[in-house]
Amino acid sequence: IPSVSSIVPESCLLIVVGLLVGGLIKGVGEKPPILKSDIFFLFLLPPIILDAGYFLPLRPFTENLGTILIFAVVGTLWNAFFLGGLMYAVCQLGGPGLNHIGLLANLLFGSIISAVDPVAVLAVFEEIHINELLHILVFGESLLNDAVTVVLYHLFEEFASFEQVTILDIILGFLSFFVVSLGGVLVGVIYGVIAAFTSRFTSHIRVIEPLFVFLYSYMAYLSAELFHLSGIMALIAAGVVMRPYVEANISHKSHTTIKYFLKMWSSVSETLIFIFLGVSTVAGHHYWNWTFVISTLFFCLIARVLGVLVLTWFINKFRIVKLTPKDQFIIAYGGLRGAIAFSLGYLLDYQHFGMRDMFLTAIITVIFFTVFVQGMTIRPLVDLLAVKKKQETKRSINEEIHTQFLDHLLTGIEDICGHYGHHHWKDKLNRFNKKYVKKCLIAGERSKEPQLIAFYHKMEMKQAIELVESGGIGKIPSAVSTVSIQNINPQTLPLERVLPALSKDKEEEIRKILRTNLQKTRQRLRSYNRHTLVADPYEEAWNQMLLRRQKARQLEQKMNNYLTVPAHRVDSPTMSRARIGSDPLAYEPKEDSENLPIITIDPASPQSPESVELMSEEPKGCSGLPPSPEEDEEGLVMRVKEPSSPGTDDVFTPGNSDSPSNQRMLRCLSDPGPRPEPEEGEPFIPKGQ
Amino acid sequence: GCPQGPRPVTSVLALAVTSEQIEHLHRRFKQLSQDQLTIRKENFDSIPDLEFNPIRGKIVHAFFDKRNLRQESDGLADEINFEDFLTIMSYFRPIEMNMDEEQLDRFRKEKLKFLFHMYDSDHDGKITLQEYRNVVEELLSGNPHLEKESARSIADGAMMEAASICVGQMGPDQVYEGITFEDFLKMWQGIDIETKMHVRFLNVDTIAHCY
Repeated sequence: IPSVSSIVPESCLLIVVGLLVGGLIKGVGEKPPILKSDIFFLFLLPPIILDAGYFLPLRPFTENLGTILIFAVVGTLWNAFFLGGLMYAVCQLGGPGLNHIGLLANLLFGSIISAVDPVAVLAVFEEIHINELLHILVFGESLLNDAVTVVLYHLFEEFASFEQVTILDIILGFLSFFVVSLGGVLVGVIYGVIAAFTSRFTSHIRVIEPLFVFLYSYMAYLSAELFHLSGIMALIAAGVVMRPYVEANISHKSHTTIKYFLKMWSSVSETLIFIFLGVSTVAGHHYWNWTFVISTLFFCLIARVLGVLVLTWFINKFRIVKLTPKDQFIIAYGGLRGAIAFSLGYLLDYQHFGMRDMFLTAIITVIFFTVFVQGMTIRPLVDLLAVKKKQETKRSINEEIHTQFLDHLLTGIEDICGHYGHHHWKDKLNRFNKKYVKKCLIAGERSKEPQLIAFYHKMEMKQAIELVESGGIGKIPSAVSTVSIQNINPQTLPLERVLPALSKDKEEEIRKILRTNLQKTRQRLRSYNRHTLVADPYEEAWNQMLLRRQKARQLEQKMNNYLTVPAHRVDSPTMSRARIGSDPLAYEPKEDSENLPIITIDPASPQSPESVELMSEEPKGCSGLPPSPEEDEEGLVMRVKEPSSPGTDDVFTPGNSDSPSNQRMLRCLSDPGPRPEPEEGEPFIPKGQ
Repeated sequence: GCPQGPRPVTSVLALAVTSEQIEHLHRRFKQLSQDQLTIRKENFDSIPDLEFNPIRGKIVHAFFDKRNLRQESDGLADEINFEDFLTIMSYFRPIEMNMDEEQLDRFRKEKLKFLFHMYDSDHDGKITLQEYRNVVEELLSGNPHLEKESARSIADGAMMEAASICVGQMGPDQVYEGITFEDFLKMWQGIDIETKMHVRFLNVDTIAHCY
């Protein structure tokens, strides 16, 4: 039995909740609140748009920009005029109730209802996991048509109060479109650059870094709205422009904060919007006119389908990857209307538009129809038509190398052909960016960091964090492979120091993360008692060194396994000495090395982290060679080997301190070395002391 | 009209580019060759924008690679004529709507083979670690202050990843020789090269071919 949420998209459920709440409030006798346009445009809409703009997948967006723009601009214009014109005809023929509605009012109505709504599209498309191309086409269209909607809305609203509309007015109106859209983008870009510049200096006040992102974006939105420019485009432009520079400057925690705050805010906004839509439906004054409403609905659908068909036919002449009829169907079907249309309708004032209630009723009906009917049926239709779904690909370093290589190759070919195409300009922009812009907007060393290196660092960080998160449970990440540097470059000496591409502080960061985990790793010392150890002058140093060795080996083992590049060996002097061996006798691989007692560490045992219990450890002939592959597979949990000599399962069982194996062990690891560095060694705190 | 080339265009290319584009390319060819019949490597130096390209060497090399010129022999040609020029260009033609599965597969393999030849500089049929390192070094060559170590370790990491994709789990004694063409295909599985690797103006549009 499929659950409700798999059939009904979340937006529908929320509207139903809103309806219930509104009904409840009305039933009690109170007046339910209506979604005021102020609240909607100032508080509820920006977070959603910022979230969309900041995390906009730039590559598919710019690759399909032409298509998106044509759908957004020409498509919306077509919808508005087609619908407006037809509704005017309907009004003229519709009898006394509708005759008084003029052409301009109808055109205004058309412009309100024709815009595809980003909120509704997001809400529905998020759940159906459609392929990237279609998603970006419909979503991009819903974002960019705001400029058209704003222009048309204000235009017709103005014109409705004019006595006469001249050609000059129309031309000015046409020009104002460019002003509104380009002006909005310009405002966004300016604020984006300011935000990026500010983030350059925030290295000492990391805590408020996210604030700058939110603040500047919101200011961009408000500034644009202030001048009647397109606020949505400003917001998108700001987010897109600031993101690469801000992300290079801010700390990892700030990045996480921004991500989660944006997701949280946009979720809350979206929920509130749909609930309010439901409540407003119950609360509003409705004027139901069968002819008007039904014909609106009908013509909306027809306009959308026709528009998509004609435009796709035109666009396919210029596209390399043509849009198939299946794609066209999804694009047409995905043209959902939502709360923006409602709020714009709500903004109309009664004086000029007496039929506002009727408009609102029609708008709400269309919204309900698109969200409920189209929203619910799109998922089974996607499955039925076998539309390509989104592929979950993990970004890999190989892919990055190949993509960059391909970019350069295509740019080169274009240069050879003498054709200044897509790649040529993109390359020029990248070079300009690298040479001038990055230097201004990114702090310190990172301004010179090439993209490949930055990507590589990001991946390493991600893997280190993944490792830390999974390490505590002892689970191995599924992506781990046993391929190590040995497999691809057999000439590499095991002791060869391969410097990673990490800078000093990145290395430190990764190592700190791993170390903190190691410190927290639960290790038990079973029946260890300080007093049972041989009163050995090297005793304390041995314990420290033992611990250090074990940690260092764990660290290195993990880094070998889970990072794709072997980190450089933890080269404490003790280690190197232990490895190379000042005592040649002790470091000969013994034939009966299996007889040596072995100590394993059980990280999962529930003891306090301070106390360390060593169960057994495999000395491996004390030579410190890289761990064997079988051990590698098990990750953190080292094997408990069968103790070869009976009764000596611990080095530290009381009374066994003088056993030959113990002596051998002590001799083996007897070189204490100098005082350990404070970060590597850890004071060995025995249980119960 | 037909280009005043020395030889008529072969039928393979006739399907790929229109006569208009052939003319355009021919004009460009004449520009590059300074009105000679063939182009040598030095002629590519006259293209100013190519200076900034980090993998410029490999691109020019690819034009003279006999494997790309569909010639039976191996190694590098000294000079190429217009027909060879077009042959190389045909690797960058865009996908056509009416291709069936088999054609599509061949199309894709062709493009990937071109790329493979670019990576595999010693023509031995596999991309070794050294060659891969060389690729990454070239990609990062635009940043003079960068250490060689960084490029090396990225290449190493990428190679290990490639090994784990292509071979899976490996024991400590197994050695991964290099990326063969089959492995290369596997690596590119997720990326749809047929839509990415094209130069826009080589539009496949119809009709006039030149014989």
